[in-house]
Parts: sequence; C-alpha cells; structure tokens
Amino acid sequence: MLPFIFAALLAFIVIMYVILDGFDLGLGILFPFTTSETDRDKMMNSVAPVWDGNETWLVFGGAMLYGAFPKVYGTLLPILYMPLMLMLIGLIFRGVSFEFRFKAVRSKQLWNWIFAISSISAAFFQGVVLGCFVQGFPINPDQTIVNETVWLTPFSLLTGVALVCGYGLLGATWMIIKSEGSLQRQMIHFAKGLLVLVSIFLIFVSIWTPLHDVQIFNRWYSFPNILFLAPLPLITALMVILTWKSLKKGDERKPFFYSIVIFLCSYAGIAISVYPYLIPRQLTFWDAAAPDSTLTFILVGVAIMLPVLLAYTLYAYHIFRGKTDHGGYH
Amino acid sequence: MITVEILSRAQFGFSIGFHILFPTLNLGLAVFLVIMEGMWLKTNKPVYKAICKFWTKIFALTFGMGVVSGIVLAYQIGTNFGPFISQFGNVLGALFAYETLTAFFLEAGFLGVMLFGWDRVPPFFHFVATLLVTIGTTISAFWILSANSWMQFPSGYQIVDGKYIVDNWWDVVFNPTFIPRLVHMAFASYVTTCFVIAAVASYFLIKNKHIEVAKTCLSFAMWAALIIVPAQILIGDVVGVHVLKYQPLKTAAMEGLWETRRGAPLVLFALPSQEEQRNEYAIEIPGLASLINTHHWDGELVGLKSVAKADQPRVAPVFFSFRIMVGIGLLFLATAFMALFLRWRDTLFKAKWFHRWCLLIAPLGFVASVAGWLTAEIGRQPWVVYNLMRTKDAISAVGLEEVIISMVLLALAYGVVFSFYLYYLFKLIKDGMTKLDKQDLDHLPFQYMSETKVDK
Repeated sequence: MLPFIFAALLAFIVIMYVILDGFDLGLGILFPFTTSETDRDKMMNSVAPVWDGNETWLVFGGAMLYGAFPKVYGTLLPILYMPLMLMLIGLIFRGVSFEFRFKAVRSKQLWNWIFAISSISAAFFQGVVLGCFVQGFPINPDQTIVNETVWLTPFSLLTGVALVCGYGLLGATWMIIKSEGSLQRQMIHFAKGLLVLVSIFLIFVSIWTPLHDVQIFNRWYSFPNILFLAPLPLITALMVILTWKSLKKGDERKPFFYSIVIFLCSYAGIAISVYPYLIPRQLTFWDAAAPDSTLTFILVGVAIMLPVLLAYTLYAYHIFRGKTDHGGYH
Repeated sequence: MITVEILSRAQFGFSIGFHILFPTLNLGLAVFLVIMEGMWLKTNKPVYKAICKFWTKIFALTFGMGVVSGIVLAYQIGTNFGPFISQFGNVLGALFAYETLTAFFLEAGFLGVMLFGWDRVPPFFHFVATLLVTIGTTISAFWILSANSWMQFPSGYQIVDGKYIVDNWWDVVFNPTFIPRLVHMAFASYVTTCFVIAAVASYFLIKNKHIEVAKTCLSFAMWAALIIVPAQILIGDVVGVHVLKYQPLKTAAMEGLWETRRGAPLVLFALPSQEEQRNEYAIEIPGLASLINTHHWDGELVGLKSVAKADQPRVAPVFFSFRIMVGIGLLFLATAFMALFLRWRDTLFKAKWFHRWCLLIAPLGFVASVAGWLTAEIGRQPWVVYNLMRTKDAISAVGLEEVIISMVLLALAYGVVFSFYLYYLFKLIKDGMTKLDKQDLDHLPFQYMSETKVDK
C-alpha cells in the first residue's frame, strides 16, 4: 500500500510542477514573439513573485524519487544524463534572468533572449525526458546503458517540441488572466495557434504510442478496458473544443483552466499507459520502493507539511492576484 | 589519468563549491534583515528601512543564484552517483524530502512577499514573511548538515540483506557529529556575512556617502563579529574534538600526523608527502596538537600510518585547507578586536585604513567556508559514506564524454552567470541608496525591478 501512495504522491508532485512551472516557462517561450518591452515587463512581473515556488516542485519531485524510489533515481538519472543536464543548464539561465533582466539597463535585450532561449530549452528537454520515459530504454543487468544517445530518438524530439507548445499554451492562457488590452488580445491569438499545435501533437502521440508498444496497445484496446478508458480521449477532445470556444468568446479565466484539464488528461493517459512502471518494462514502483521504515517516515512529514505548504502557496498567489502592471507594484 | 570517477567528483565538487557561496551569504544576511526590519518596526527610524531595502536587493540577487545552482545539485547526485543513491537513498533521500517540505517551499513561498509585498501586506506581515524566509534558510541548513554529517559518521541503521534499513530516524537525523557541525556552518555563514556587511559599509564611508546607513551597518557588524568570531572558534574546537572521536584519520590529516603518538606537535607548516609518508620542511610546536585536540598535553593522536595507504585520505589538501580556514578565523578575530579598539578611541568611522582593510578581507569568509568544507569532505576520503561505501564504488556508469561535455557546459554556464552576478552585485553596491533616495522611502515600494520605472 505504501508504495502505491508514494507513486500517487510522485504523480501529484510531477503534475503540480508541470502545470505551475509550465506557465512560467511558457511566458519565456512566448517572449520572442512579443512586440514591446512593456509587455515583456508585464509578463515577467506576472510570475516574478511565484516562479521560485513553482520550480520548487521540481526539487520536491527529485527529492521524493530519491527518498521513496532510490533505485529509480539511481538508475534513471544516469541514463537521462545529457537531457537532464541540458535542462538544468536551461533552468540556471532562466532563473537568473528574473534577477538580472530587471537590474539590466543596456543588456536588457541580452537577457530577453537568454530568458527566451533558456525557457525553451528547459521545456524542450523536459519533453525529451518525458518521451524517453514513455518509450522505455534497454538496460543491461548491471544497470549500465547500452548506448549513450539512447535518449535521442525521433519520438523524444517530437515530445520535446510538443511540450514547448503545451507550456506555451499554458503561458498564453495564464497571461490572458493577468493582462488586458492589446497584450491580452495578442495572448488570445497565440493561445489559439498553440491550441491547434497541441491538438495535432496529442493526436499523433495517441496514435503512435500504442502502435509501437504492444503492452500499451493492449492496455487501451482490450475489452473491457476500452470501455473504461474511452472517456479520457473524449474528455480531452471536449476540453480542446471548450478552450477554443472560450478563447473566441474572450473569457479571461476559462482558457487557462481548460488548458490545465487538457494537461491533466494527457498526463492521466501517460500514467495509464505506463502503470505500474517507473522505468517502463523494467522496474515497477512496487519493486523500486524504499523500505517501509523510510516510506513511513517521509509520509508523516508529507501528511503534516503538504497541506500547510499548499495553504501558504495559495496565500502567496492570493496576495499577487489581479492584473499585472509593467512596474507598478514593485 | 582522467577517469569518470575523478571527473564526476570534480564536477560535483565544483558545483557544490559554487553553490555554497550563495547560501553562506544568505543564511547570515537573512538574520541581519530580520534584525534590521525588527529595529525598523520598533523605532520607525528610516535608516533601518533603507538598510532593509538595500540589503534585500542583494539578498534577492544571491537567492536567485542559490536556487539555480542548488537545483543542479539535487539532480547531479543522481546522474553522477547512481550507485550511491541506490544504496543510501533509503536513508538520505528522506532527509532531502524533508528539506523540501519544511524549508524550500517556505523560503520560496514567502520570498515573493518579502521582495514584492511591501505595498501589498501590512508592515508586520512583511516582517513575518522575512522571518519565515530566514527560518526556511536555517531549516535548509539543518537538513543538509544532517545528511552530510550522516555521511561522516552513519548511525541509526541496520544492515538487512545487504541493504541499509533505518531502525531509528532520530539517530539518523541527530547523528553524533551533526549538531556541532550545524552550529559551525551557521556561524561560518554569520561571520562571512558580518564582514561582507562591514565591507559595503566601509565602501560607503570611503566614498563619503550614505553615512548614517554606513555607520549603523559597520557598527552592528563589528559588535556582532566581536561575539560571533570568538564563539565560532570555540565551536570549531568542539567540532575538532568530535572529528578526533569519530574520524581520527581526518584529524591526523588535518594535523599532518603520520605516526600514532602522545604529545603530538602542532605542525605550523610542512609539505606533507603521501608517497614517503612523512612531512618535509616541518615547523612544529611540541605537544600543541595533542593539547588542542584532546585538551591534554600528552593526549594520544592516531597517525595516518595506522592504516594502509589506500585507506588514507589525501593529506596535503586537508592539511592546507584546514590551515587556511584557521588562519582566516584568527585574522577575523584580530579585526574584530581592532574594531573594538578603534571604537574606544572613537575613530571607527574615521580610520580610512581600517575601512580599506575591511574591503580587502571581505571575500575571506567565503574562502574560509569553502576551505572548511574541503577539509571535512576530503578528510572523509576514500569513503563517500564513512566506513560503508568507498567513493570509487559510488560513481555512475556513464560515459567519459558525457561527463566531460556536461562539465564544460556547467563551467561555462556558471562562469557566465557568476560574472553577471558580480557585475550586478557591484552595481547595486555602487548605486547604494541613491536609487532609493529619489523616492519617498516610506511610500515607494521596494525597487526590485524598477529600472524601467526610474528610466521613464
């Protein structure tokens, strides 16, 4: 039971990260397409007080994997060495851009570009890692990898690009809430384009994955699974339509929340496909879990601290609610 | 020969050595900000608010660096030291999970309020936010030092089927060397911060600007140093006694002691030779090493030669970094007393030579902290977890090229980022309060990202 709770917890942490840092990174992804410096100030200001907390979910995910599934942490991370390192370097530059850009005068353009490129590369390599994870990889019995470029496949590159678009969509719909006037109109425009791209990627991945993996195929298309699972793609499709409609109507909040639901559905789809593996076809979360003494100890901390930290995180968002100005409240 | 092992260790040592600079400053700076903001709430004097706003900028800049370099570490442990994780994740991973739960979210959650919330929350709430960030940074140090101390002397576990299973978490967290090492690290940070604050204040005095702020800061820093530096030396002594008890070979490496003996001399200077297992050009004071470590003139100290060569730590780096740390500590002690003397003569704010001296020694706190850390980590070798796992067995089976490429990329990234950090740091210090003075301090929100506003 404990391993199951921790697998669920890990899933929760990862999706929290994906959604929260997703819209931060999304703003960076949209940076090159914006027109005015004031708009870029507003975009950055809209997440400046919260980005650090959002990124903390990534640290939390790492720490939980480390503590609760050390075998996975010790095996998976060396395999994904390169994409993870490149993602981290992206995150380094993305993170310092917040501080540096606001202090820069002459080099502001430089930090605009660094913020954009590092956000894009961090998102891209997260997508690559995701693609690798879904695809699985061959591991020797002594846990050394066969091929150092095992992470570099057409599929993983595709999921990389897909995640960049997905984060872009989250960023654009977040900014619709936080902005008004021309910037908001521009964001609606971006969101529409990105929604189309995201839909295309979703359809492609949904078709490609089961065709290339018998186990995933059987999970989705065998009877009676197909009856239980059919609603998921249908809900996803419905959400895409709802997002589109709310964008057309000019709703401020709905597109962001519908986009989140699209993410949740896609994420659930991946979870269903790989369950109960933490390293696909190699290691299940049952086998990888740390001993009960460790899991119990961590669970006590999670049970006490998670509600508390969710409460104050929510409070922090509450303090900074409303439209963002380009220099106003700082 | 360049191996994955050496490169992985170099890479991690580089990353963590880079990272530790920022928390070292901020752990102390946070406490300073809490005190200053508390003083402001109590006295309502604008000088305290000016100090808060100015130093919060530096805190924010440094915090950003700490966050981005810290996240690298969280994953680098896994990428570079997979077998270590597979074996000890049961124990250490839990501590990191607790660190995130109790420290990182707290810091991140209230940092936003601390930086951007001046106008959005009442002053007392803002003070609470600053206090919570400070508590967060301290809790973070708590867990990291707990995990590191466990690696120095593991406790609270059982070995079942070749796996390390924890049977007492209290013993894991509060392992024998933990508390003295935690206090030693916290005070290292406070000392470092004291002298950084003193240096910036001295710079203002030399430039003859922001005099009131400069005097308040310098005076505070030097009173604090007068208490903290001697305290740190006493704590260091306690740590030394613990090291001797739990890791006698580390003590031997620190003291450059090859033979086990009573009344061991303090080696002031020498060139330790690992190959010949002896010191060259040694200058010694008889009996003093025994006195310092055991508090008896004829106390027995274990020598390095009591174990096989392969089980000895590299002596030279431990020996020298220990001396660098202690030397800087004594220099700081002298400086703190000199400040007291100048204060008595009523020339603390006039003695330009002392202000220049403060500028000169500002980086030394960081040097001492890193040197102390090197002493602890290299002194633990050849073990990654003392007496349980050798470092060479902890290395991931990754390709040499991968480690080289990532090392080069990291070095480049950190080089670029650090240069900009220093550039903006010096710019902030150079601007001083001028950007703050333009507006009404009581009204205008903190200038975290207001270049646009000021320019327009």
